Parts: sequence; C-alpha cells; structure tokens
Amino acid sequence: MNIAKPNSYRSGPDERGHFGIFGGRFVAETLMPLILDLEKAYTAAKADPAFQGEMDGYLKNYVGRPSPLYFAERLTEHLGGAKIYLKREELNHTGSHKVNNVLGQIMLARRMGKKRIIAETGAGQHGVATATLCARFGLECVVYMGAVDVERQQPNVIRMEMLGATVVPVQSGTRTLKDAMNEALRDWVTNVHNTFYCIGTVAGPHPYPTLVRDFQSIIGNETKAQMQEIEGRLPDSLVACIGGGSNAMGLFHPFLDDSSVEIFGVEAAGHGLTQLHAASIAGGRPGVLHGNRTYLLMDADGQIQDAHSISAGLDYPGIGPEHSWLHEVGRVNYLSATDDEALAAFQLLSRLEGIIPALEPAHAIAKVMELAPKRPKDHLMVVNLSGRGDKDVPQVGDILRGKK
Amino acid sequence: MTTRIDTRFAELKTQGRSAFVTYVMAGDPDLTTSLEIVKALPKAGADVIELGIPFTDPMADGPSIQAAGLRALKIGMTLRKTLELVRDFRKDDNVTPLVLMGYYNPIYIYGVDKFLADAKTSGVDGLIIVDLPPEEDDELCIPALKAGLNFIRLATPTTDDKRLPAVLANTSGFVYYVSIAGITGAAAADANAVGEAVARIKRHTKLPICVGFGIRTPEAARAIAEKADGSVVGTALVDALKNSLDAEGRATAKTVNAVAELTAALAQGVKGAKQAAE
Ligand SMILES: Cc1ncc(COP(=O)(O)O)c(C=O)c1O
Repeated sequence: MNIAKPNSYRSGPDERGHFGIFGGRFVAETLMPLILDLEKAYTAAKADPAFQGEMDGYLKNYVGRPSPLYFAERLTEHLGGAKIYLKREELNHTGSHKVNNVLGQIMLARRMGKKRIIAETGAGQHGVATATLCARFGLECVVYMGAVDVERQQPNVIRMEMLGATVVPVQSGTRTLKDAMNEALRDWVTNVHNTFYCIGTVAGPHPYPTLVRDFQSIIGNETKAQMQEIEGRLPDSLVACIGGGSNAMGLFHPFLDDSSVEIFGVEAAGHGLTQLHAASIAGGRPGVLHGNRTYLLMDADGQIQDAHSISAGLDYPGIGPEHSWLHEVGRVNYLSATDDEALAAFQLLSRLEGIIPALEPAHAIAKVMELAPKRPKDHLMVVNLSGRGDKDVPQVGDILRGKK
Repeated sequence: MTTRIDTRFAELKTQGRSAFVTYVMAGDPDLTTSLEIVKALPKAGADVIELGIPFTDPMADGPSIQAAGLRALKIGMTLRKTLELVRDFRKDDNVTPLVLMGYYNPIYIYGVDKFLADAKTSGVDGLIIVDLPPEEDDELCIPALKAGLNFIRLATPTTDDKRLPAVLANTSGFVYYVSIAGITGAAAADANAVGEAVARIKRHTKLPICVGFGIRTPEAARAIAEKADGSVVGTALVDALKNSLDAEGRATAKTVNAVAELTAALAQGVKGAKQAAE
C-alpha cells in the first residue's frame, strides 16, 4: 500500500471528519443539521473548563476512576515471556469501559437540553451504562438491542429494565448489533427535536468517532501515567479487542506517536476467517455504512454480510473509521481470535488471576497468550480488560456444560 | 443538459397539472414481475418512476420497504440486475422519467464512474441517494451531474432557511421534500404544513418540488397535489404488492394488477387536484 506516513498519527480527523479516505458524514438530510449541532456543542464543551471539571468529578466519584493498572503475575509466569499488565476497565461502575464515553455524551446531551436518550447495544454494556446515567440524571432512555442479543445477554437486559430504561428487541435483518444501530437511527430521524443519540463506539457519522475516542482516551492517558509510576517508562506493547473499536482506541490513541510502542487490535474471528466471523479488517474492504466509510464485511454487490462472534459486543460487520486508517498507514497491527480461542482465554484468566473477563476482552487475552511467550521478560505488555464477565456467565456456563 | 425529468415537468407545467410519482422496489417480488410492474406504472398514470435499489441496511425506510428490499435480495437482485431492468423497460418506453433511489454502498462498490456510465446507457435519468448529504457531494453528486444525470436531493423539516441553499446548490431535476421527520411509511403530514414548507423552498429555487413520505390514499395525494408540483407514493404501493403475494411470498396472477389499480386510483386523485401551487 502506497500511503504517506503522516507527521503525527494523532492529528485526525480533518474538518469534514475524514481519517484518510475513511470516516465522513453519510447520513440522511434529516440528521445532518443534528450532527452539525452536536459538533458545535462538543467543540464548545471541550473549550469549557467547567465541562471537564464536572466530568472529572463524576469520573472519580461515580465511575470510580482511575482504574488500576494491575500486574498479572500468574498469567505472566504461566506464559513465560512478557510482563503482562491488565488495565482494569472492568472495575468501573457498570462493569466496562463503556461508561467513560456515556458519561461524556450524557453531559453533552444535558448541555444541549435534550431530554430523551437513545442507544444501540450489542452485549448490553453500552445499554447498561446509558440506562445508568439516564437514571442518575432523570432522562428518558430507550435502548435498541438485536433480538438475538436480548436472548444471549439476558442479565444486562434485566439490569437495563431495573434502571428504568425501555429495551426494544430489534427483529429486522440479522437481529444483532448492526440492526440495533439501524433501528436507533430510524428512531433518531423520527424524534429529532428532543432526542440525543448516544453511540456506543468509535463509529457513526462525524463527530461521533472523534468524540467517543476523546472520552475513551482517559484509558490510555491513565495507563501512560501509571506505567511511568510503576516501571518508570513507556510500555512496549498494547493489546485490545475490537468490536467498533472504542476500548482499543481509548487505550491506543495517547500512544500513537510513541513509535517504540507496538500496538495490536484483536478482531473476532468467530468460527474462523474462512467461515462466519466478525473481523472487518481481516475479511472486509472499504464501504459505506452507518454514516461512515470504513472496512466492512460485504458481498460483491455491496450488501452487508452477517457477522458472527460468540461475543455479542464484537458481533458487528464494521469497525471505527480511524482504525481503518491506522490499518492502512500501518501503525496498528490488526489480529483476530476465534470463538474457541476466546473461550480458552476466558477460562485461563478466571483460573489464574481470579478475574472473570467479558467475552470481548477474552479475545485480547487470547492473542496475549500468543504474543507474550515470544517477547523477552522485560517487555511490558498492557491488555485492556474492557469488561467483566458477569453478563456472560450463563452463556459460557451453557457452552462449557454442553461441551463436557 | 435536459433529461426526461426536465421534459416531463415542463409538459406538466403547460398542462397545469401536478406530477404523480410512484416508488417500487427493483426485483420485488421477482425479476419478471418487477419488470411488468414497472411497465404498467406509466399506463396506469404514473408521471415519474422511482425504482428502489435493494440494500440490506435501509436506515431511512420503514418495515414495508425494508421487507420489499429483503424480498428482492432473496431472489438475487443486485445493482447490475437493477440497471438491466431499466434497460429492458426502456425498450418500450423512452419518455417516462426513471429515477433510481437507494443507499450509497452498492454504488460505491460497483464503482462510481462505471455505475454512472452504465446507468446513463441503461436509461436512468436521475438518482436519489439517501445517505449522501451535500457535505459528501464529491462522492457521487458532482460526478453524476457531469455524466448527465440529475441528482435529486431530499429537503426535510429539519432543513432550515440557512441550510436550504447548500442543499439546493447541486440539486437538479426536482427537489424531493420529505414531509415529516421520520422514515418511509410513517404518519402523513398535514397538507397545510406541507403547503407552507413548499412555499418556503420555492423562495430558494425554481425547480419543481415533489412531496413524499406518508401519502397513501387518492384523497391525500390530491391534497398534496394542490400544494406541490408532485406527490410521491411508495409504501402504499409496496403494501398492495405484498398483499397480493402467496404464503411463500411469490407473485400471483393478481400482483401486477394490484399495483396498477392502486396507481390508477392515486393518479385519478392527483388529476382531480385544482391547479397546482405556483
Ligand atoms: C466489555 C466490552 N468490551 C468491548 C466491547 C466492544 O466495543 P468496542 O470495540 O467499542 O470497545 C464491548 C461491547 O459491547 C464490551 O461490552
């Protein structure tokens, strides 16, 4: 690929929301004025110290930040190579990194005077975080969730309902995350005047990929400071799983210009890359969906294909546009882990560290199991433990019992 | 550049009549029936044909048109076959304007330049691409205008006076006013509110203004025809088609007629309208 290396990997997007050829604003005219308003409101909020001050207060006392950077001693010993640190995003209130972004967007919605919040969710973690902050601030909350995901992530459906949200099971298309996003967009087009669309990942039309990245960058910024304090230097590598790519972008972005840091994103390879999977970079090509140009799984006619992953949060045929760009410029290596590899990693981390991970970051752990043994003992590797596995306990329990 | 669209609206203007625009999905419920339906539309009184390009993820469409797209995809409909359908239609009809309506990804994957060339030779006159706002004009709108195709833009209730000039800048053929903030098949807009919106847009453009979304009956079509240069009906026709199918979703002997009869009734409504708004 003949793409010029930029001076900085952190200067995007341009004013039209493009990261190289990726990103943009591919939305219906009805929504265009809304995303322009959102961009204006976000630019103003960013420049307002009171906004950041208020965020910081909630991040500390409500979310429970900073999240620890924990040396996984037994996992390190077991793998016999790199020194492995876990960034403990699963300890956040609501159990995943999703809350970092939701807090920011809900603060924005409040500034914009919006009283009704909609969201799409796959695993239900973004839905739970949105329902939680809507409860906290007295806002109406409607969450769209594919009917297949409603089935496999029941604990989160119950949580959202307890928090006062309305969960709408989406029956159209493949009945997973992409269809939940379609349905949320249809709601937004219909309820333009009072509704704020709280997108759960670094995808969608500009400015969402940027805004979500900025709210999630606290993960990487904390990691940098914590590693400096513990080891007195930068980490040597970073690993994170990718659905749309928000936990990964949050960890990666502050390190993009630190050229000594190797960066690995892990997509979901489902049953394997030659069968049903959800690895858009490994198995897709650039196309346009959900407001942006990015790598997508599709057929020769440009029809979007069904994704598959054991993990509802990774079961999406696309990826955030900035990741597509980081792939093309070669700054980030995109790998993939299968359902079976993720299940093995899920069990290994549970047994060795007493931490049950969500199935999503279990994909990242699966690649750590391959990468760490090949690295020297003084190599510092950070994995984003983006969420806890409570929501997956019934599903994984069934699978493991069925297998035995 | 004068397209069949420009010619048709000029004719209607001399007749003092508002246009009746029909929408159906290409390949619904199968290729042969779909071609017969498209051929039947002008005979039943359609002045302009909008032909949907099926897409897996139609974000601006309600359940009826979503289902129509899935029926078409199920029988293997593609963008290439959609263009072939237009070419076959043009064998007998070289005057009725035909506009393709859909989403950008199938066109992007087909290749913009190749698509525009093939669309032009197949007999397509214009494009309505829902997810290409003026902010993305470099993608398809400007190349389409260069290739001699109209690029018909949607204006909506959220398009305010400040934004309208940007929306209208590269629009040609006609302006499609979406009468409600919402998806296809949703509730109808009030004809008076539509009248005001059309008047507002007319202060910014000389192009004809057609109004769609939520029009289902001859009465509603007539009410809109009195306020605008055209009314668009889609979901009601798609529903009529669907109701004629057998339990497996296949065409029956009634299918083509079901669409043609509703088209004729709606066209009658439009023709009964008093002089269209000037
Ligand atoms: C714990 C967890 N990690 C990761 C993801 C994937 O999203 P993203 O790639 O945006 O971080 C999800 C999505 O539901 C999740 O719940």
